[in-house]
Amino acid sequence: MTEIASPTVKVSTRPAESRRDIGIKRRYAAERRFRFYGIIAIVIGLFFLAVLLWSVVSKGYTAFLQTTITLPIEFSEKVIDPKNERATDPKQLMSANYPLLVREALVKQLGLDPKERPLVKQATDMVSASARTQLRDIVVADPSVIGKTIPVTLLAEANIDSAFKGQIDLKVDESKRKVKDQQVAWMNQLADAGALKKSFNTGIFTFGASSRPEAAGVGVALIGSLYMMLIVLVLSLPIGVAASIYLEEFAPKNRLTDLIEVNINNLAAVPSIVYGLLGLAVFINFAGLPRSAALIGGLVLTLMTLPTIIIATRAALKAVPPSIRAAALGLGASKMQTIFHHVLPLAMPGILTGTIIGLAHALGETAPLLLIGMVAFVVDYPGSPLEPSTALPVQIYMWANEAERAFVERTSGAIIILLIFLVFMNLGAILLRRRFERRW
Amino acid sequence: MSEAAVEKALDQKMNTVPYKMIGKDVSVYYGEKRALFDVNLNIRENTVTALIGPSGCGKSTFLRTLNRMNDTIENCRVSGKITLDEDDIYDPSIDVVELRARVGMVFQKPNPFPKSIYDNVSYGPRIHGLARTKAELDETVETSLQKAGLWNEVKDRLHEPGTGLSGGQQQRLCIARAVAVSPEVILMDEPCSALDPIATAKVEELIHELRANFTIVIVTHSMQQAARVSQRTAMFHLGNLVEENDTDKMFTNPDDQRTQDYIMGRFG
Repeated sequence: MTEIASPTVKVSTRPAESRRDIGIKRRYAAERRFRFYGIIAIVIGLFFLAVLLWSVVSKGYTAFLQTTITLPIEFSEKVIDPKNERATDPKQLMSANYPLLVREALVKQLGLDPKERPLVKQATDMVSASARTQLRDIVVADPSVIGKTIPVTLLAEANIDSAFKGQIDLKVDESKRKVKDQQVAWMNQLADAGALKKSFNTGIFTFGASSRPEAAGVGVALIGSLYMMLIVLVLSLPIGVAASIYLEEFAPKNRLTDLIEVNINNLAAVPSIVYGLLGLAVFINFAGLPRSAALIGGLVLTLMTLPTIIIATRAALKAVPPSIRAAALGLGASKMQTIFHHVLPLAMPGILTGTIIGLAHALGETAPLLLIGMVAFVVDYPGSPLEPSTALPVQIYMWANEAERAFVERTSGAIIILLIFLVFMNLGAILLRRRFERRW
Repeated sequence: MSEAAVEKALDQKMNTVPYKMIGKDVSVYYGEKRALFDVNLNIRENTVTALIGPSGCGKSTFLRTLNRMNDTIENCRVSGKITLDEDDIYDPSIDVVELRARVGMVFQKPNPFPKSIYDNVSYGPRIHGLARTKAELDETVETSLQKAGLWNEVKDRLHEPGTGLSGGQQQRLCIARAVAVSPEVILMDEPCSALDPIATAKVEELIHELRANFTIVIVTHSMQQAARVSQRTAMFHLGNLVEENDTDKMFTNPDDQRTQDYIMGRFG
């Protein structure tokens, strides 16, 4: 019994204990400090993210609303086809004086005197000049409307749109602003009558480039980006994965493969504009492919994405435990079977994550596209990747250079669209990773 | 004849049992470093041969030369001659894939594929085209799992992941997977080192049963295990084969002093 009791007495009087306590306190203090730094870093990061999102969303959300004016348009034969030639000359319908129809409808709606030219001009300025093509398309699609009066919803001109959204300060002297008092009065009159209202702006998703903000959209740029993403995916995934598998599993480890590895890692850090120059020199000057085409953009972005995919894939292949390879080889599987039956499926989540992050990177890339002529004013949808097109981030870049108030909100609106795409791609990466992830 | 009697007869006639594999002057180099020095070791048919020795003595290296798993290691070079039956397994005409189908392997850490139990066992037969129909494959899976003593435990959850089994069950699954290819020789590289005593006992019992159909070479760090499961024991030290003998003799009256010292725990 005494043997058990004596050590407890010893412990309580050990002098080393107090010295040790100080050390522990200091270590805990260091840990608390470190955690505090970490929290500060995260808070700073979140703060800037919040500022970015707030500035983009607060400026951009109005771009998803568009003021429209619904007018009863009389498709009078007298204006469209006075000589009744449309059966013989199809060009007649294309070149008719459609703005006149809008003017007449407005004069009637607002009760103006058609002879007061300046006043009538002010009224017609409220409607977007895109009304011409809109009405033409209606008539060309269905010539039987000629002679009838039907209500047509036309886009309001950008300044009226801004004024109606309350973005123009009406207290400023009339001569210093683009919207006149008379127009504001008409605007309110039409709004009270229910003809002028804000509605969801589908145009921003479907229209192409236009110098008139109300008729400009990212539709064409989206298609260009889509073509490029498809090209990047189709080319960079197989090439990148094949290269990684070869380097990781088959290639002998020697000076040459070391050199290749160093170069791939360096290529991932090369500024993207250099890839644009490369694309310009190789694909356009040397290979003679058409400029501004999504194909070139896709090829350039493929080159840019490849190092990212190769690095991610090699890391994923390396992370597969060697015991799995040994198990398959020990059963008599060939190297190829081992890789394709066991290693690759296990590396898949990492490969897909790397690929999608690479794609998202490529989707947001602007600089190389500037050099291969994709900063283009493209009005029509590209029918194939060989036709001129532009891309979403390039569209943002172009809009950001415009001066009009309405383009400012559209720039932010397009950024929101781009961010939504990126968020969805990253979500896709997470879901795929979850789906394929297996324990071993 | 009862099973015990068969075993006894086998044990007694050990010196007359034919050789399954013959290793002659086997040396292994990892780059400049030589890991095995002219090892002459023969493996007898339907016998459990235990390879013992301190860490780094080359016993695992020797084991891996028997199915050419060393091929996967860069800079690894093997000289000498190893035959399986009559075939020189390092002859260029021998396909390593075919060799590994004849000489299966079970590893130190249980390494089932992250797939279902069924897929784990059926993978080998599938890639070697051993089963022509689904029914044949089912049968191979069942008999392999039975041989590995795992059938009763997993027959109701064949399609659950093999990684969900306990460590001992996983190791027996790996044995079933090796058995499914119907190899002639099974190499085991410390198969019980990651298992608890109960699972170890089960695997040892299994090795005992497998001996009737397969030639087994087992690397082990446990003297007791070598004594329990093997009929022949080979002792390695610093890349040399020190002694090869009947297990009984080895553990009671070894010819070499180093074996004696190792078994007594004086080094290693």
